[in-house]
Amino acid sequence: MTKKKTYLPYSVIIALMAAALGLCIVGSVVLGRYPIGLRELCGIIGSKFMDVEPFWKPVQESLLLNHRLPRILLACLVGCCLSAAGAAYQGVFQNPMAAPDILGASNGAAFGAALAILLGFGGGMVTAFAFAASLLTVGAVIYVGGKARGKRVLGLVLSGIMIGSLVSSGTSFIKLVADPEDQLPAITYWLMGSLNGASPKDVLFALFPMALGLVPLHLLRWRINILTLGDEEAQTMGVNARRLRTVVILAATLATAASVSVSGVIGWVGLVIPHLTRRMVGNNYKYLMPASMLFGAIFLLMVDNLSRNLLATEIPLGILTSLIGAPFFIYLITRDGERH
Amino acid sequence: MSMNVEHLSFAYGEREVLRDVSFSVEYGEFLSVLGPNGVGKSTLFRCMLGLLTPTAGAAYIGGQAVASLSARQLSEKIAYIPQSHNPVFNFSVFDMVLMGTTAQTGSFASPGKRQRSRANKALDRLGIFDLKDRGYGSLSGGERQLVLIARAIAQEAKVLVMDEPSAALDFGNRMRVMHTVQSLTRDGYAVIQSTHDPEQAYMYSDKILALQGGRVAAFGTPQDTMDAALVSALYGVDVEVCSMRGDKIRVCIPASL
Repeated sequence: MTKKKTYLPYSVIIALMAAALGLCIVGSVVLGRYPIGLRELCGIIGSKFMDVEPFWKPVQESLLLNHRLPRILLACLVGCCLSAAGAAYQGVFQNPMAAPDILGASNGAAFGAALAILLGFGGGMVTAFAFAASLLTVGAVIYVGGKARGKRVLGLVLSGIMIGSLVSSGTSFIKLVADPEDQLPAITYWLMGSLNGASPKDVLFALFPMALGLVPLHLLRWRINILTLGDEEAQTMGVNARRLRTVVILAATLATAASVSVSGVIGWVGLVIPHLTRRMVGNNYKYLMPASMLFGAIFLLMVDNLSRNLLATEIPLGILTSLIGAPFFIYLITRDGERH
Repeated sequence: MSMNVEHLSFAYGEREVLRDVSFSVEYGEFLSVLGPNGVGKSTLFRCMLGLLTPTAGAAYIGGQAVASLSARQLSEKIAYIPQSHNPVFNFSVFDMVLMGTTAQTGSFASPGKRQRSRANKALDRLGIFDLKDRGYGSLSGGERQLVLIARAIAQEAKVLVMDEPSAALDFGNRMRVMHTVQSLTRDGYAVIQSTHDPEQAYMYSDKILALQGGRVAAFGTPQDTMDAALVSALYGVDVEVCSMRGDKIRVCIPASL
Protein backbone atom coordinates (compact mmCIF):
# COMPACT_ATOMS: atom_id res chain seq x y z
CA MET A 1 0.00 0.00 0.00
CA THR A 2 1.28 3.41 -0.89
CA LYS A 3 0.56 6.14 1.57
CA LYS A 4 -2.26 8.31 0.40
CA LYS A 5 -1.42 11.98 0.38
CA THR A 6 -4.14 14.42 1.26
CA TYR A 7 -4.59 17.19 -1.26
CA LEU A 8 -6.34 20.52 -1.14
CA PRO A 9 -9.42 20.73 -3.38
CA TYR A 10 -8.64 22.41 -6.69
CA SER A 11 -11.04 25.27 -6.07
CA VAL A 12 -9.21 26.07 -2.82
CA ILE A 13 -5.87 26.06 -4.65
CA ILE A 14 -7.29 28.52 -7.18
CA ALA A 15 -8.65 30.77 -4.43
CA LEU A 16 -5.25 30.72 -2.72
CA MET A 17 -3.59 31.65 -6.01
CA ALA A 18 -5.96 34.59 -6.42
CA ALA A 19 -5.13 35.76 -2.91
CA ALA A 20 -1.42 35.35 -3.60
CA LEU A 21 -1.76 37.43 -6.76
CA GLY A 22 -3.45 40.20 -4.78
CA LEU A 23 -0.62 40.19 -2.24
CA CYS A 24 2.00 40.19 -5.01
CA ILE A 25 0.40 43.22 -6.63
CA VAL A 26 0.39 45.20 -3.39
CA GLY A 27 3.94 44.08 -2.63
CA SER A 28 5.13 45.08 -6.08
CA VAL A 29 3.86 48.63 -5.65
CA VAL A 30 6.08 49.07 -2.62
CA LEU A 31 9.10 47.69 -4.47
CA GLY A 32 11.09 50.16 -6.48
CA ARG A 33 13.90 52.65 -6.45
CA TYR A 34 11.65 55.52 -5.47
CA PRO A 35 9.84 54.58 -2.24
CA ILE A 36 6.06 54.43 -2.20
CA GLY A 37 4.68 53.01 1.05
CA LEU A 38 1.45 51.11 1.69
CA ARG A 39 -0.01 54.22 3.31
CA GLU A 40 0.68 56.30 0.21
CA LEU A 41 -0.76 53.56 -2.00
CA CYS A 42 -4.01 53.49 -0.02
CA GLY A 43 -4.13 57.27 0.08
CA ILE A 44 -3.57 57.81 -3.63
CA ILE A 45 -6.02 55.11 -4.70
CA GLY A 46 -8.52 56.25 -2.07
CA SER A 47 -8.32 59.86 -3.24
CA LYS A 48 -9.77 58.77 -6.60
CA PHE A 49 -12.99 57.74 -4.92
CA MET A 50 -13.34 60.06 -1.95
CA ASP A 51 -11.86 63.15 -0.37
CA VAL A 52 -8.45 62.47 1.09
CA GLU A 53 -6.09 65.22 2.16
CA PRO A 54 -2.86 64.54 0.18
CA PHE A 55 -0.08 63.59 2.58
CA TRP A 56 2.12 62.23 -0.22
CA LYS A 57 4.42 63.99 -2.65
CA PRO A 58 2.95 64.75 -6.12
CA VAL A 59 5.85 62.86 -7.70
CA GLN A 60 4.78 59.73 -5.83
CA GLU A 61 1.27 59.99 -7.23
CA SER A 62 2.49 60.53 -10.77
CA LEU A 63 5.03 57.74 -10.51
CA LEU A 64 2.46 55.32 -9.14
CA LEU A 65 -0.33 56.08 -11.58
CA ASN A 66 1.70 56.65 -14.75
CA HIS A 67 4.50 54.15 -14.37
CA ARG A 68 4.49 51.66 -11.58
CA LEU A 69 0.83 50.63 -11.54
CA PRO A 70 0.49 50.34 -15.35
CA ARG A 71 3.64 48.25 -15.43
CA ILE A 72 2.39 45.95 -12.68
CA LEU A 73 -0.98 45.53 -14.35
CA LEU A 74 0.65 44.88 -17.70
CA ALA A 75 2.97 42.26 -16.21
CA CYS A 76 -0.04 40.48 -14.73
CA LEU A 77 -2.04 40.70 -17.95
CA VAL A 78 0.80 39.52 -20.18
CA GLY A 79 1.62 36.61 -17.87
CA CYS A 80 -2.04 35.70 -17.66
CA CYS A 81 -2.54 35.82 -21.44
CA LEU A 82 0.60 33.96 -22.40
CA SER A 83 -0.01 31.10 -20.05
CA ALA A 84 -3.73 30.87 -20.85
CA ALA A 85 -2.90 30.84 -24.56
CA GLY A 86 -0.23 28.20 -23.99
CA ALA A 87 -2.64 25.98 -22.10
CA ALA A 88 -5.24 26.43 -24.85
CA TYR A 89 -2.81 25.64 -27.67
CA GLN A 90 -1.61 22.55 -25.82
CA GLY A 91 -5.17 21.29 -25.74
CA VAL A 92 -6.03 22.20 -29.30
CA PHE A 93 -2.89 20.63 -30.72
CA GLN A 94 -3.08 17.67 -28.34
CA ASN A 95 0.53 18.32 -27.59
CA PRO A 96 2.01 19.21 -24.21
CA MET A 97 4.94 20.89 -25.98
CA ALA A 98 2.80 23.51 -27.72
CA ALA A 99 3.45 27.15 -26.78
CA PRO A 100 1.77 30.45 -27.72
CA ASP A 101 4.24 31.02 -30.57
CA ILE A 102 3.35 27.71 -32.25
CA LEU A 103 1.35 29.55 -34.93
CA GLY A 104 3.90 32.29 -35.43
CA ALA A 105 2.32 34.99 -33.25
CA SER A 106 5.65 36.00 -31.68
CA ASN A 107 7.58 35.83 -34.95
CA GLY A 108 4.97 38.06 -36.55
CA ALA A 109 5.03 40.56 -33.69
CA ALA A 110 8.83 40.69 -33.80
CA PHE A 111 8.75 41.43 -37.52
CA GLY A 112 6.13 44.14 -37.10
CA ALA A 113 8.03 45.82 -34.29
CA ALA A 114 11.35 45.65 -36.15
CA LEU A 115 9.71 47.12 -39.26
CA ALA A 116 8.17 49.97 -37.25
CA ILE A 117 11.52 50.76 -35.64
CA LEU A 118 13.25 50.66 -39.04
CA LEU A 119 10.69 53.09 -40.44
CA GLY A 120 11.49 55.44 -37.60
CA PHE A 121 8.28 55.06 -35.61
CA GLY A 122 8.32 54.90 -31.86
CA GLY A 123 6.16 53.98 -28.87
CA GLY A 124 2.55 53.30 -29.76
CA MET A 125 3.20 52.69 -33.45
CA VAL A 126 5.68 49.91 -32.65
CA THR A 127 3.02 48.22 -30.56
CA ALA A 128 0.37 48.67 -33.24
CA PHE A 129 2.67 47.33 -35.97
CA ALA A 130 3.61 44.35 -33.81
CA PHE A 131 -0.03 43.56 -33.06
CA ALA A 132 -1.11 43.80 -36.69
CA ALA A 133 1.83 41.77 -37.99
CA SER A 134 1.24 39.13 -35.35
CA LEU A 135 -2.40 38.69 -36.35
CA LEU A 136 -1.53 38.72 -40.06
CA THR A 137 1.09 36.03 -39.57
CA VAL A 138 -1.27 33.75 -37.67
CA GLY A 139 -3.94 34.43 -40.28
CA ALA A 140 -1.55 33.33 -43.00
CA VAL A 141 -0.63 30.22 -41.02
CA ILE A 142 -4.27 29.26 -40.57
CA TYR A 143 -4.97 29.89 -44.27
CA VAL A 144 -2.03 27.77 -45.44
CA GLY A 145 -2.73 25.12 -42.79
CA GLY A 146 -6.29 24.83 -44.07
CA LYS A 147 -4.99 24.15 -47.59
CA ALA A 148 -2.62 21.45 -46.37
CA ARG A 149 -3.64 17.93 -47.21
CA GLY A 150 -3.90 15.24 -44.58
CA LYS A 151 -4.34 15.82 -40.89
CA ARG A 152 -5.65 19.28 -40.11
CA VAL A 153 -3.81 19.81 -36.84
CA LEU A 154 -0.50 18.63 -38.26
CA GLY A 155 -0.98 20.91 -41.28
CA LEU A 156 -1.46 23.87 -38.96
CA VAL A 157 1.64 23.10 -36.91
CA LEU A 158 3.79 22.60 -39.99
CA SER A 159 2.60 25.76 -41.66
CA GLY A 160 3.22 27.57 -38.34
CA ILE A 161 6.84 26.43 -38.38
CA MET A 162 7.31 27.34 -42.06
CA ILE A 163 5.67 30.75 -42.05
CA GLY A 164 7.22 31.50 -38.67
CA SER A 165 10.71 30.95 -40.05
CA LEU A 166 9.85 32.91 -43.20
CA VAL A 167 8.84 35.88 -41.07
CA SER A 168 11.93 35.46 -38.88
CA SER A 169 14.18 35.74 -41.89
CA GLY A 170 12.39 39.01 -42.64
CA THR A 171 13.19 40.21 -39.13
CA SER A 172 16.84 39.22 -39.58
CA PHE A 173 16.97 41.15 -42.82
CA ILE A 174 15.57 44.25 -41.13
CA LYS A 175 18.25 43.93 -38.43
CA LEU A 176 20.86 43.72 -41.17
CA VAL A 177 19.81 46.94 -42.85
CA ALA A 178 18.88 48.81 -39.65
CA ASP A 179 21.04 51.67 -38.44
CA PRO A 180 23.52 50.00 -36.04
CA GLU A 181 23.75 53.15 -33.93
CA ASP A 182 20.21 53.40 -32.63
CA GLN A 183 17.76 51.20 -34.57
CA LEU A 184 19.55 47.87 -34.19
CA PRO A 185 19.92 48.15 -30.41
CA ALA A 186 16.26 49.16 -30.16
CA ILE A 187 15.19 46.13 -32.19
CA THR A 188 17.44 43.78 -30.24
CA TYR A 189 16.17 45.15 -26.95
CA TRP A 190 12.56 44.80 -28.07
CA LEU A 191 13.17 41.20 -29.07
CA MET A 192 14.40 40.38 -25.58
CA GLY A 193 11.12 41.50 -24.13
CA SER A 194 10.56 44.18 -21.53
CA LEU A 195 7.81 46.08 -19.80
CA ASN A 196 10.06 49.07 -19.29
CA GLY A 197 8.23 52.27 -20.09
CA ALA A 198 4.77 50.75 -19.78
CA SER A 199 2.18 53.52 -19.74
CA PRO A 200 -1.53 53.69 -18.98
CA LYS A 201 -2.02 53.93 -22.76
CA ASP A 202 -0.35 50.55 -23.25
CA VAL A 203 -2.67 48.98 -20.71
CA LEU A 204 -5.69 50.44 -22.46
CA PHE A 205 -4.41 49.36 -25.87
CA ALA A 206 -3.84 45.78 -24.79
CA LEU A 207 -6.81 45.35 -22.50
CA PHE A 208 -9.52 45.01 -25.14
CA PRO A 209 -7.94 42.31 -27.34
CA MET A 210 -6.69 40.52 -24.24
CA ALA A 211 -10.17 40.40 -22.76
CA LEU A 212 -11.56 39.31 -26.11
CA GLY A 213 -9.17 36.37 -25.94
CA LEU A 214 -9.28 35.51 -22.25
CA VAL A 215 -13.05 35.56 -21.77
CA PRO A 216 -13.85 32.90 -24.42
CA LEU A 217 -10.93 30.77 -23.27
CA HIS A 218 -12.29 30.85 -19.75
CA LEU A 219 -15.88 30.16 -20.80
CA LEU A 220 -14.99 27.32 -23.17
CA ARG A 221 -12.52 25.71 -20.78
CA TRP A 222 -14.49 22.51 -20.15
CA ARG A 223 -14.89 21.93 -23.89
CA ILE A 224 -11.15 22.21 -24.48
CA ASN A 225 -10.93 18.90 -22.59
CA ILE A 226 -13.00 17.26 -25.31
CA LEU A 227 -10.75 18.69 -28.05
CA THR A 228 -7.75 16.91 -26.53
CA LEU A 229 -9.40 13.58 -27.37
CA GLY A 230 -9.31 14.26 -31.10
CA ASP A 231 -11.91 15.35 -33.62
CA GLU A 232 -13.79 12.11 -34.11
CA GLU A 233 -14.36 11.40 -30.44
CA ALA A 234 -15.32 15.03 -29.84
CA GLN A 235 -17.80 14.90 -32.71
CA THR A 236 -19.48 11.72 -31.42
CA MET A 237 -19.84 13.40 -28.03
CA GLY A 238 -21.85 16.15 -29.66
CA VAL A 239 -19.11 18.78 -29.92
CA ASN A 240 -18.41 20.49 -33.23
CA ALA A 241 -14.66 20.06 -33.04
CA ARG A 242 -13.72 22.17 -36.05
CA ARG A 243 -15.74 25.17 -34.96
CA LEU A 244 -14.61 24.90 -31.36
CA ARG A 245 -10.97 24.63 -32.37
CA THR A 246 -11.26 27.68 -34.59
CA VAL A 247 -12.78 29.76 -31.78
CA VAL A 248 -10.15 28.61 -29.27
CA ILE A 249 -7.29 29.30 -31.70
CA LEU A 250 -8.64 32.77 -32.48
CA ALA A 251 -9.05 33.62 -28.80
CA ALA A 252 -5.59 32.32 -27.87
CA THR A 253 -4.06 34.19 -30.80
CA LEU A 254 -5.68 37.49 -29.82
CA ALA A 255 -4.40 37.14 -26.27
CA THR A 256 -0.90 36.25 -27.47
CA ALA A 257 -0.69 38.99 -30.09
CA ALA A 258 -1.87 41.64 -27.63
CA SER A 259 0.71 40.46 -25.10
CA VAL A 260 3.78 40.27 -27.29
CA SER A 261 2.94 43.56 -28.97
CA VAL A 262 3.20 45.41 -25.65
CA SER A 263 5.91 43.36 -23.98
CA GLY A 264 8.13 42.13 -26.77
CA VAL A 265 9.04 38.49 -27.11
CA ILE A 266 8.79 36.69 -23.80
CA GLY A 267 9.20 33.03 -24.52
CA TRP A 268 8.87 30.23 -22.11
CA VAL A 269 6.00 31.44 -19.89
CA GLY A 270 3.35 30.00 -22.19
CA LEU A 271 5.01 26.61 -22.30
CA VAL A 272 6.10 26.15 -18.75
CA ILE A 273 3.46 27.80 -16.60
CA PRO A 274 0.65 25.55 -17.92
CA HIS A 275 2.91 22.57 -17.20
CA LEU A 276 3.57 23.60 -13.65
CA THR A 277 -0.12 24.27 -13.22
CA ARG A 278 -0.99 20.79 -14.51
CA ARG A 279 1.10 19.44 -11.65
CA MET A 280 -0.91 21.45 -9.15
CA VAL A 281 -4.50 21.14 -10.35
CA GLY A 282 -4.40 18.31 -12.90
CA ASN A 283 -5.28 18.28 -16.58
CA ASN A 284 -8.96 19.18 -16.38
CA TYR A 285 -9.22 22.58 -18.08
CA LYS A 286 -12.07 23.54 -15.80
CA TYR A 287 -9.42 24.17 -13.14
CA LEU A 288 -6.33 24.27 -15.33
CA MET A 289 -7.42 27.37 -17.27
CA PRO A 290 -8.09 29.75 -14.35
CA ALA A 291 -5.13 28.38 -12.39
CA SER A 292 -2.81 28.91 -15.38
CA MET A 293 -4.06 32.47 -15.77
CA LEU A 294 -3.42 33.29 -12.12
CA PHE A 295 -0.11 31.50 -11.92
CA GLY A 296 1.11 33.12 -15.15
CA ALA A 297 0.22 36.55 -13.76
CA ILE A 298 2.02 35.88 -10.48
CA PHE A 299 5.08 34.49 -12.24
CA LEU A 300 5.54 37.31 -14.72
CA LEU A 301 4.90 39.95 -12.06
CA MET A 302 7.59 38.47 -9.83
CA VAL A 303 10.04 38.18 -12.70
CA ASP A 304 9.33 41.77 -13.74
CA ASN A 305 9.96 42.91 -10.17
CA LEU A 306 13.38 41.32 -10.38
CA SER A 307 13.88 42.85 -13.80
CA ARG A 308 13.38 46.37 -12.51
CA ASN A 309 14.94 46.03 -9.05
CA LEU A 310 17.79 43.55 -9.24
CA LEU A 311 20.38 45.68 -10.99
CA ALA A 312 20.76 49.38 -11.60
CA THR A 313 19.91 48.76 -15.27
CA GLU A 314 16.88 46.80 -16.42
CA ILE A 315 17.38 43.14 -17.22
CA PRO A 316 15.15 42.16 -20.16
CA LEU A 317 12.30 39.86 -19.17
CA GLY A 318 13.02 37.31 -21.85
CA ILE A 319 16.40 36.62 -20.28
CA LEU A 320 15.08 36.39 -16.74
CA THR A 321 12.12 34.14 -17.48
CA SER A 322 14.40 31.39 -18.74
CA LEU A 323 17.10 32.05 -16.17
CA ILE A 324 14.69 31.59 -13.28
CA GLY A 325 12.15 29.30 -14.86
CA ALA A 326 14.31 26.64 -16.43
CA PRO A 327 16.05 25.39 -13.26
CA PHE A 328 12.74 25.50 -11.40
CA PHE A 329 11.10 23.50 -14.14
CA ILE A 330 13.89 20.93 -14.19
CA TYR A 331 13.46 20.50 -10.45
CA LEU A 332 9.73 19.93 -10.89
CA ILE A 333 9.85 17.43 -13.73
CA THR A 334 12.40 15.31 -11.95
CA ARG A 335 10.11 15.08 -8.92
CA ASP A 336 7.16 12.72 -9.19
CA GLY A 337 3.65 13.15 -7.93
CA GLU A 338 1.50 14.28 -10.82
CA ARG A 339 -2.12 15.10 -10.12
CA HIS A 340 -4.89 14.42 -12.56
CA MET B 1 -36.50 -0.04 -34.90
CA SER B 2 -33.43 1.59 -33.45
CA MET B 3 -30.75 1.71 -36.11
CA ASN B 4 -31.15 0.71 -39.70
CA VAL B 5 -28.83 1.10 -42.60
CA GLU B 6 -30.34 1.04 -46.08
CA HIS B 7 -28.42 0.46 -49.30
CA LEU B 8 -25.48 2.38 -47.96
CA SER B 9 -22.46 2.88 -50.23
CA PHE B 10 -19.33 4.86 -49.55
CA ALA B 11 -16.26 5.71 -51.62
CA TYR B 12 -13.08 7.60 -50.79
CA GLY B 13 -12.75 9.43 -54.10
CA GLU B 14 -12.60 6.70 -56.75
CA ARG B 15 -12.03 3.88 -54.30
CA GLU B 16 -15.30 2.27 -53.33
CA VAL B 17 -15.24 0.88 -49.80
CA LEU B 18 -18.84 -0.03 -49.06
CA ARG B 19 -21.46 -1.12 -51.55
CA ASP B 20 -25.17 -1.49 -50.93
CA VAL B 21 -24.94 -2.39 -47.25
CA SER B 22 -28.28 -2.94 -45.47
CA PHE B 23 -29.05 -4.21 -41.98
CA SER B 24 -30.92 -3.24 -38.84
CA VAL B 25 -30.53 -3.50 -35.09
CA GLU B 26 -33.25 -3.25 -32.44
CA TYR B 27 -32.86 -1.87 -28.93
CA GLY B 28 -31.77 -4.72 -26.68
CA GLU B 29 -29.86 -6.43 -29.47
CA PHE B 30 -26.16 -7.12 -29.80
CA LEU B 31 -24.80 -7.01 -33.34
CA SER B 32 -21.29 -8.11 -34.24
CA VAL B 33 -19.73 -6.94 -37.49
CA LEU B 34 -17.25 -9.47 -38.85
CA GLY B 35 -14.84 -9.12 -41.70
CA PRO B 36 -11.15 -9.14 -42.57
CA ASN B 37 -8.92 -6.12 -42.05
CA GLY B 38 -9.65 -3.23 -44.38
CA VAL B 39 -13.10 -4.49 -45.37
CA GLY B 40 -14.75 -1.22 -44.34
CA LYS B 41 -15.98 -1.89 -40.80
CA SER B 42 -14.60 1.40 -39.53
CA THR B 43 -15.92 3.26 -42.56
CA LEU B 44 -19.36 1.77 -41.93
CA PHE B 45 -19.19 2.92 -38.30
CA ARG B 46 -18.13 6.42 -39.34
CA CYS B 47 -21.14 6.62 -41.65
CA MET B 48 -23.43 5.48 -38.84
CA LEU B 49 -21.92 8.05 -36.46
CA GLY B 50 -22.31 10.90 -38.92
CA LEU B 51 -18.55 11.38 -39.30
CA LEU B 52 -18.74 10.49 -42.99
CA THR B 53 -21.55 11.11 -45.44
CA PRO B 54 -22.50 8.04 -47.51
CA THR B 55 -22.21 8.42 -51.27
CA ALA B 56 -25.50 6.55 -51.66
CA GLY B 57 -28.13 5.17 -49.29
CA ALA B 58 -28.35 6.25 -45.68
CA ALA B 59 -28.19 5.28 -42.03
CA TYR B 60 -31.30 5.93 -39.95
CA ILE B 61 -31.59 6.14 -36.22
CA GLY B 62 -35.07 6.02 -34.70
CA GLY B 63 -36.39 6.68 -38.22
CA GLN B 64 -34.34 9.88 -38.75
CA ALA B 65 -31.50 10.07 -41.25
CA VAL B 66 -28.16 10.42 -39.50
CA ALA B 67 -27.04 13.01 -42.05
CA SER B 68 -29.96 15.27 -41.11
CA LEU B 69 -29.04 15.45 -37.41
CA SER B 70 -26.57 17.85 -35.77
CA ALA B 71 -23.61 16.52 -33.77
CA ARG B 72 -25.45 17.36 -30.56
CA GLN B 73 -28.68 15.64 -31.62
CA LEU B 74 -26.74 12.59 -32.75
CA SER B 75 -24.86 12.40 -29.48
CA GLU B 76 -28.18 11.96 -27.67
CA LYS B 77 -28.95 8.88 -29.74
CA ILE B 78 -25.69 7.18 -30.56
CA ALA B 79 -22.39 6.94 -28.70
CA TYR B 80 -19.02 5.80 -29.94
CA ILE B 81 -16.64 3.74 -27.86
CA PRO B 82 -13.17 3.78 -29.41
CA GLN B 83 -10.48 1.22 -28.78
CA SER B 84 -8.79 1.96 -25.49
CA HIS B 85 -6.16 4.51 -26.33
CA ASN B 86 -3.34 6.42 -24.74
CA PRO B 87 -4.51 9.96 -24.12
CA VAL B 88 -2.13 12.90 -24.44
CA PHE B 89 -3.15 14.29 -21.07
CA ASN B 90 -3.76 12.09 -18.07
CA PHE B 91 -7.31 12.93 -17.04
CA SER B 92 -8.88 11.39 -13.97
CA VAL B 93 -11.29 8.53 -14.63
CA PHE B 94 -14.16 10.61 -13.31
CA ASP B 95 -13.37 13.55 -15.63
CA MET B 96 -13.05 11.15 -18.55
CA VAL B 97 -16.54 9.75 -17.89
CA LEU B 98 -17.93 13.22 -17.22
CA MET B 99 -16.79 14.29 -20.69
CA GLY B 100 -19.54 12.07 -22.11
CA THR B 101 -22.12 14.50 -20.70
CA THR B 102 -20.67 17.56 -22.44
CA ALA B 103 -23.43 17.96 -25.02
CA GLN B 104 -26.05 17.99 -22.25
CA THR B 105 -25.03 21.49 -21.13
CA GLY B 106 -24.50 24.78 -22.94
CA SER B 107 -21.29 25.54 -24.81
CA PHE B 108 -20.02 27.87 -22.09
CA ALA B 109 -20.98 25.64 -19.17
CA SER B 110 -19.20 22.92 -17.29
CA PRO B 111 -21.11 19.76 -16.31
CA GLY B 112 -23.33 20.37 -13.29
CA LYS B 113 -24.77 18.28 -10.48
CA ARG B 114 -27.02 16.29 -12.79
CA GLN B 115 -24.13 15.37 -15.05
CA ARG B 116 -21.92 14.44 -12.11
CA SER B 117 -24.50 12.07 -10.76
CA ARG B 118 -24.88 10.51 -14.22
CA ALA B 119 -21.14 9.97 -14.39
CA ASN B 120 -21.18 8.40 -10.92
CA LYS B 121 -24.04 6.11 -11.91
CA ALA B 122 -22.26 5.05 -15.07
CA LEU B 123 -19.11 4.21 -13.11
CA ASP B 124 -21.23 2.25 -10.67
CA ARG B 125 -23.07 0.43 -13.44
CA LEU B 126 -19.78 -0.84 -14.86
CA GLY B 127 -18.41 -1.76 -11.45
CA ILE B 128 -15.46 0.63 -11.66
CA PHE B 129 -16.53 3.21 -9.09
CA ASP B 130 -13.31 2.52 -7.16
CA LEU B 131 -11.24 3.75 -10.09
CA LYS B 132 -12.94 7.16 -10.00
CA ASP B 133 -9.97 9.16 -8.74
CA ARG B 134 -7.26 7.24 -10.57
CA GLY B 135 -5.56 8.64 -13.66
CA TYR B 136 -6.92 7.19 -16.89
CA GLY B 137 -3.37 6.86 -18.20
CA SER B 138 -2.37 4.61 -15.32
CA LEU B 139 -5.12 2.02 -15.96
CA SER B 140 -4.79 -1.33 -17.69
CA GLY B 141 -6.27 -1.82 -21.16
CA GLY B 142 -9.32 -3.64 -19.81
CA GLU B 143 -10.03 -0.93 -17.24
CA ARG B 144 -9.65 1.79 -19.85
CA GLN B 145 -12.15 0.03 -22.07
CA LEU B 146 -14.64 -0.07 -19.21
CA VAL B 147 -14.07 3.66 -18.56
CA LEU B 148 -14.80 4.45 -22.21
CA ILE B 149 -17.98 2.35 -22.01
CA ALA B 150 -18.97 4.23 -18.84
CA ARG B 151 -18.42 7.49 -20.72
CA ALA B 152 -20.85 6.34 -23.41
CA ILE B 153 -23.40 5.36 -20.74
CA ALA B 154 -23.09 8.81 -19.16
CA GLN B 155 -23.76 10.26 -22.61
CA GLU B 156 -27.22 8.64 -22.33
CA ALA B 157 -27.43 7.45 -25.92
CA LYS B 158 -29.18 4.16 -26.47
CA VAL B 159 -27.15 2.94 -29.43
CA LEU B 160 -23.53 2.06 -28.61
CA VAL B 161 -20.99 1.60 -31.38
CA MET B 162 -17.78 -0.13 -30.32
CA ASP B 163 -14.62 -0.43 -32.30
CA GLU B 164 -13.14 -3.84 -31.45
CA PRO B 165 -13.75 -3.56 -27.71
CA SER B 166 -11.95 -6.81 -26.97
CA ALA B 167 -8.92 -6.34 -29.17
CA ALA B 168 -5.63 -5.90 -27.33
CA LEU B 169 -7.07 -7.25 -24.09
CA ASP B 170 -5.85 -10.33 -22.25
CA PHE B 171 -8.04 -13.41 -21.95
CA GLY B 172 -9.65 -12.52 -18.64
CA ASN B 173 -10.30 -8.89 -19.50
CA ARG B 174 -11.74 -9.85 -22.85
CA MET B 175 -14.30 -12.07 -21.14
CA ARG B 176 -15.08 -9.45 -18.51
CA VAL B 177 -15.60 -6.71 -21.09
CA MET B 178 -17.76 -8.92 -23.31
CA HIS B 179 -19.95 -9.95 -20.36
CA THR B 180 -20.41 -6.33 -19.44
CA VAL B 181 -21.25 -5.37 -22.99
CA GLN B 182 -23.74 -8.20 -23.27
CA SER B 183 -25.40 -7.18 -20.01
CA LEU B 184 -25.95 -3.69 -21.42
CA THR B 185 -28.30 -5.09 -24.05
CA ARG B 186 -30.51 -6.31 -21.20
CA ASP B 187 -30.80 -2.68 -20.07
CA GLY B 188 -32.22 -1.82 -23.48
CA TYR B 189 -29.10 -0.64 -25.27
CA ALA B 190 -28.49 -1.57 -28.85
CA VAL B 191 -24.84 -2.56 -29.10
CA ILE B 192 -22.90 -2.75 -32.35
CA GLN B 193 -19.34 -3.99 -32.20
CA SER B 194 -16.71 -4.83 -34.76
CA THR B 195 -14.62 -7.86 -33.98
CA HIS B 196 -11.98 -10.11 -35.46
CA ASP B 197 -13.10 -13.11 -33.50
CA PRO B 198 -15.92 -15.18 -35.08
CA GLU B 199 -16.16 -17.50 -32.07
CA GLN B 200 -16.69 -14.59 -29.72
CA ALA B 201 -19.23 -13.07 -32.10
CA TYR B 202 -21.14 -16.34 -32.10
CA MET B 203 -21.07 -16.69 -28.34
CA TYR B 204 -22.23 -13.21 -27.35
CA SER B 205 -24.21 -11.58 -30.14
CA ASP B 206 -27.83 -11.74 -31.27
CA LYS B 207 -27.02 -10.96 -34.87
CA ILE B 208 -23.99 -11.14 -37.10
CA LEU B 209 -23.21 -8.90 -40.06
CA ALA B 210 -20.41 -10.25 -42.21
CA LEU B 211 -18.74 -7.93 -44.71
CA GLN B 212 -16.66 -9.07 -47.62
CA GLY B 213 -15.21 -6.81 -50.28
CA GLY B 214 -17.40 -3.97 -49.02
CA ARG B 215 -20.63 -5.94 -49.47
CA VAL B 216 -22.80 -7.86 -47.05
CA ALA B 217 -21.76 -11.50 -47.16
CA ALA B 218 -24.21 -12.58 -44.49
CA PHE B 219 -26.66 -11.01 -42.04
CA GLY B 220 -28.76 -12.88 -39.53
CA THR B 221 -28.67 -14.84 -36.29
CA PRO B 222 -25.32 -16.41 -35.38
CA GLN B 223 -26.86 -19.88 -35.76
CA ASP B 224 -27.90 -19.16 -39.35
CA THR B 225 -24.80 -17.34 -40.45
CA MET B 226 -21.66 -18.58 -38.71
CA ASP B 227 -20.60 -21.69 -40.55
CA ALA B 228 -17.44 -23.07 -42.13
CA ALA B 229 -18.30 -21.66 -45.54
CA LEU B 230 -18.66 -18.10 -44.24
CA VAL B 231 -15.55 -18.06 -42.05
CA SER B 232 -13.46 -19.68 -44.77
CA ALA B 233 -14.68 -17.19 -47.35
CA LEU B 234 -14.22 -14.13 -45.09
CA TYR B 235 -10.70 -14.81 -43.94
CA GLY B 236 -9.36 -16.87 -46.86
CA VAL B 237 -8.39 -19.83 -44.70
CA ASP B 238 -9.86 -23.33 -44.72
CA VAL B 239 -11.66 -23.92 -41.42
CA GLU B 240 -14.00 -26.44 -39.95
CA VAL B 241 -16.63 -25.14 -37.52
CA CYS B 242 -17.45 -27.46 -34.64
CA SER B 243 -20.54 -27.06 -32.52
CA MET B 244 -20.25 -27.63 -28.76
CA ARG B 245 -22.41 -27.53 -25.63
CA GLY B 246 -25.72 -27.88 -27.46
CA ASP B 247 -24.68 -25.34 -30.11
CA LYS B 248 -24.06 -22.61 -27.50
CA ILE B 249 -20.51 -22.44 -28.72
CA ARG B 250 -18.99 -22.86 -32.16
CA VAL B 251 -15.26 -23.27 -32.52
CA CYS B 252 -13.21 -22.70 -35.65
CA ILE B 253 -10.48 -25.24 -36.31
CA PRO B 254 -8.05 -25.21 -39.23
CA ALA B 255 -9.28 -27.82 -41.73
CA SER B 256 -5.77 -29.14 -42.22
CA LEU B 257 -5.61 -30.26 -38.61
